[in-house]
Amino acid sequence: MYDFPLWPARASTTAGSVDALFIFLVALAGFMSIAIFIMIVVFAFKYRRRAGHRAEQIEGSVPLEITWSAVPLAIFLTIFVWGAVIYFRERTPPRGAEEVYVVAKQWMWKLEHEQGQREINELHVPVGRDVKLIMTSQDVIHSFYVPAFRIKQDVLPGRYTTAWFHATRPGTYHLFCAEYCGTAHSGMIGQVVVMEPAQYSGWLSGGIISGSLAATGETMFQQLGCPTCHRFDIQGRGPNLQGIFGKPVQLEDGRSVIADENYIRESILSPSAKVVSGFKPIMPTFQGLVNEEQLTALVAYVKSLTPQAGGGAGTPNISSPVEQKKE
Amino acid sequence: MATATATITAEREHYLNTDYGIRSWLLTTDHKRIALLYLALITVFFFIGGFFALLIRLELLTPAGDLVQADTYNKLFSMHGQVMIFFFLIPSIPAVLGNFLVPMMVGAKDLAFPRINLLSWYLLVLSAGIMLYCIITGGVDTGWTFYTPFSTAFSNTHVIEAGVSIFIAGFSSILTGLNFVVTIHRMRAPGLTWSRLPLFIWSIYATSIIQLLGTPVLAITLLLVVFERAFGLGIFDPARGGDPLLFQHLFWFYSHPAVYIMILPSMGVVSEIIPCFSRKRVFGYSAVALASIAIAVFGFLVWAHHMFVAGISLYSAMIFSMLSYSVAVPSAIKVFNWTATMYKGSIRFSTPMLYAMGFIGLFTIGGLTGLFLAALGIDVHVTDTYFVVAHFHYIMVGGAVMGYLGGLHFWWPKISGRLYPEWLGKFAALTVFLGFNLTFFPQFILGYLGMPRRYWQYPPEFQVLNVLSTAGSTILAVGYVLPMIYFLWSMRYGKIADPNPWGAAGLEWKTQSPPPTSNFDETPEVTWEAYNYDEIPAPEEVPVG
Amino acid sequence: MADTPLMTEHEEGLQHQFVDMEQQRNAASLGMWLFLATEIMFFGGMFLAYLVYRYWYYPEFAAGSRSIDIVLGTVNTAVLICSSLTVALGVKAAQLGKRKTLVTLLLITILLGLAFLAIKGIEWYDKFEEHHVPGRSFSAQDLIEKYPQIHIDPAPTQIYFSLYFAMTGLHALHMIIGVGIFAFLTYHAWKGRYTPEYHTPIEIGGLYWHFVDIVWIYLFPLLYLIDRKPLK
Repeated sequence: MYDFPLWPARASTTAGSVDALFIFLVALAGFMSIAIFIMIVVFAFKYRRRAGHRAEQIEGSVPLEITWSAVPLAIFLTIFVWGAVIYFRERTPPRGAEEVYVVAKQWMWKLEHEQGQREINELHVPVGRDVKLIMTSQDVIHSFYVPAFRIKQDVLPGRYTTAWFHATRPGTYHLFCAEYCGTAHSGMIGQVVVMEPAQYSGWLSGGIISGSLAATGETMFQQLGCPTCHRFDIQGRGPNLQGIFGKPVQLEDGRSVIADENYIRESILSPSAKVVSGFKPIMPTFQGLVNEEQLTALVAYVKSLTPQAGGGAGTPNISSPVEQKKE
Repeated sequence: MATATATITAEREHYLNTDYGIRSWLLTTDHKRIALLYLALITVFFFIGGFFALLIRLELLTPAGDLVQADTYNKLFSMHGQVMIFFFLIPSIPAVLGNFLVPMMVGAKDLAFPRINLLSWYLLVLSAGIMLYCIITGGVDTGWTFYTPFSTAFSNTHVIEAGVSIFIAGFSSILTGLNFVVTIHRMRAPGLTWSRLPLFIWSIYATSIIQLLGTPVLAITLLLVVFERAFGLGIFDPARGGDPLLFQHLFWFYSHPAVYIMILPSMGVVSEIIPCFSRKRVFGYSAVALASIAIAVFGFLVWAHHMFVAGISLYSAMIFSMLSYSVAVPSAIKVFNWTATMYKGSIRFSTPMLYAMGFIGLFTIGGLTGLFLAALGIDVHVTDTYFVVAHFHYIMVGGAVMGYLGGLHFWWPKISGRLYPEWLGKFAALTVFLGFNLTFFPQFILGYLGMPRRYWQYPPEFQVLNVLSTAGSTILAVGYVLPMIYFLWSMRYGKIADPNPWGAAGLEWKTQSPPPTSNFDETPEVTWEAYNYDEIPAPEEVPVG
Repeated sequence: MADTPLMTEHEEGLQHQFVDMEQQRNAASLGMWLFLATEIMFFGGMFLAYLVYRYWYYPEFAAGSRSIDIVLGTVNTAVLICSSLTVALGVKAAQLGKRKTLVTLLLITILLGLAFLAIKGIEWYDKFEEHHVPGRSFSAQDLIEKYPQIHIDPAPTQIYFSLYFAMTGLHALHMIIGVGIFAFLTYHAWKGRYTPEYHTPIEIGGLYWHFVDIVWIYLFPLLYLIDRKPLK
């Protein structure tokens, strides 16, 4: 009568590993709880109060205590390592992944492909390719959750967070917001549509496109007057932005940071926070003059000024100081 | 029967009949009366929080949002959490059973600071009043977790009132903990060394340390949220240069140890009940005592396991995951020791024992699912879903509440001088156990399927499991209402209880039921080890009310 | 206060739950130390926030720090240290049973506490005038113009001042409570309640006052002395 699933669809490379650990844990937890249940039931029956039987006062047993501390600890640490390995892979987007920018707001998901396609509450992706999401929020904390891929990442206002996946099965899968964000939190749902590569190319070329994200960014770059200082021909009053994305940058206070998405974004909104060594802190702030989507476009444009390291439509993927190259 | 009870109570003076009138209760400094004042207050709020839960479960019967509006639903789960945590669970055992028993268990006449004890109650009353005001005038919809910037800059509800209320409730909790620590350190009867203390005292001690050190951090965090909302101080708001993750770190620094405040006392209760109804001393007393302290200490080191997908660094996530596994070990030790205590015992299945056995089973499941959540790869998928909701309800309800009910039943004869009806007690315990599992086990499956928490509406394929869960909750509700009814009934009509109907060890059982105001006629001197069940004869008959 | 009918004899001031005065003294002392531990955790949350934001927004914190009055801050520090001296001397006087000296010292302590609060009030008023109070009328423009060498963003500057007001405000609240406690102690000292055998309230009240003083000793350099090097 009712058709209800008991297991989520498995549609990404991560899903398999997560499910494997989960099944192991279910087996372990099942075994442990059944063992305890059985012991309690058996003891309850066997040692129930009967005439002529007295309880035996047992103080304890140090060897036993050590055993049932050390063995669980060993098992727990094994689980820890297993889970940590999965997590490490989940948080290390591979190079050359196709990038999608996500802006979350109350209460919808706005997605923009590099090539310029915009979507609302829907994300079309090709099967068998790495896809990396670069996400920010316009207001409160949201969380991008696709159960079928077993991925989830909080989306924060004021900075970018990333997630990635490699879809393995065509189909349509739920997209949920998983961090409570107000009235229509449960309405902030959508779907991820995984398509065969040919279908995906077709989808990409259809529809109204206003130009790739980077192209939009370039237009904004001109409109806002950035080339006045950030020149490409001669040394201007601001650093030349060609070839800098993903590389370390020396700051004038001696620190060194990687020029990733968060750095670019911060430099547009708070230019005096991390000034490049050798330059004066004269860049005006664009806080309030650009919205999140325009910021996304500008970041994409600056990224496009660095030749790609290889493979895919993307650019070098060092987009956060904590990420490293995938092995 | 009724006349016999009337004459007997008139003969002997004890803490209940020593003075009548509202002033003698509202201005009392007797820890036993204060315990009952707390009992009344938290029972009221248990049913308020339970009512919100019922509405939540009714809404979730259908995928569409058709019972209440979305905003109302958001307020329901927020206030369910706040009421249950701050006005029921955190006070429950410490403020009711702890207040009643700690002085007696250590052989003292009262706590170290009786007037501060009364102040603690009044602080909770004040904060409860503010929370009621908040609820009645529209409630708060931030979730009990108050994440910023939603709570500081986007919510249109009574965040300030809720924050102030919980701030004050925190001080009630802090002062209770302070009282217990000083009492346990300084007021033990002669001969009562640390290693002769009941394990309930060890648990309360560990709980009190957490209350003392952790709650102030929540207090300052909520105060800063209130300031941000009221005065525009932008400490957590990214639009003003603040960091929402800083809020989360400060919030969880308290709120994780808080869960140990909620479970440790229940573990202490179980450590009293199991030996009594197995007629043997606890297996591995030192291990259980030290495990309580270990839980308190390690509990402070794992807070960011609530933030694995929040945007913290990869490496700090790994550290917190590893530490989270270490805190599971002392809990496992306790479960093994309790089970081993039953081995070769002489077991009686009175109601308290049923609750204690239920606790072990359900706490084991809840704790084991904690292992799932501590695994980083799994947590990414199940955090913020019903898996977490099921996990913490297994521990809070299947664990803490069952321990609380078991303790109430166990010490009821001491507190009231009456016996509750045993068959009803057993029936209610069974009802709670069955209703609880039906309510929350389906939620593990829902969580892994991907149903997020705090969802007013959901996709249709989640409906069957939600219906099962709601059905369970109605059964659970019956199981909770029954004790309230028969405990009240027993105060008037219950059979009179002996000083020690269970044949239990512990100083509290060596005095009258109900005890005199000063607890003991003479200060006891302890020359025996804890849980000396080889010396205490088991009662011949199972006492039935 | 409930007196149990079962008490046969008790010393002056012995509360019924205690066996003897020594137990009562020890309990009171342990209780106050534990309470101070909770206060450390309470202020600690704000100190943590301060540390994080100072690390991230050093220039703004430096500018904010320069804008608060170092003279008044130093005077206040001296005032509080003196008040801790009078408190310590008061405890000594109580131990020696010198009632008049005790009362005098307690009164001086209160006066010093009130002086601290008055000076703090002046500082806050100055901030209000300069539009440095966070909220709608906040403006960091004057600091941006005054310190062109330090590159300042308005938003983090507001965080500095938010923390300034939160931390000094909470400290001031504790001072007010301290003054209240000492008023109570002074009254009872004047009535002759404290003797060499029983002066626990003076001791634990003193502990509280010292703690509030120590919090200020931390607040002063953290808020006032971030960066006072002469600017180039």
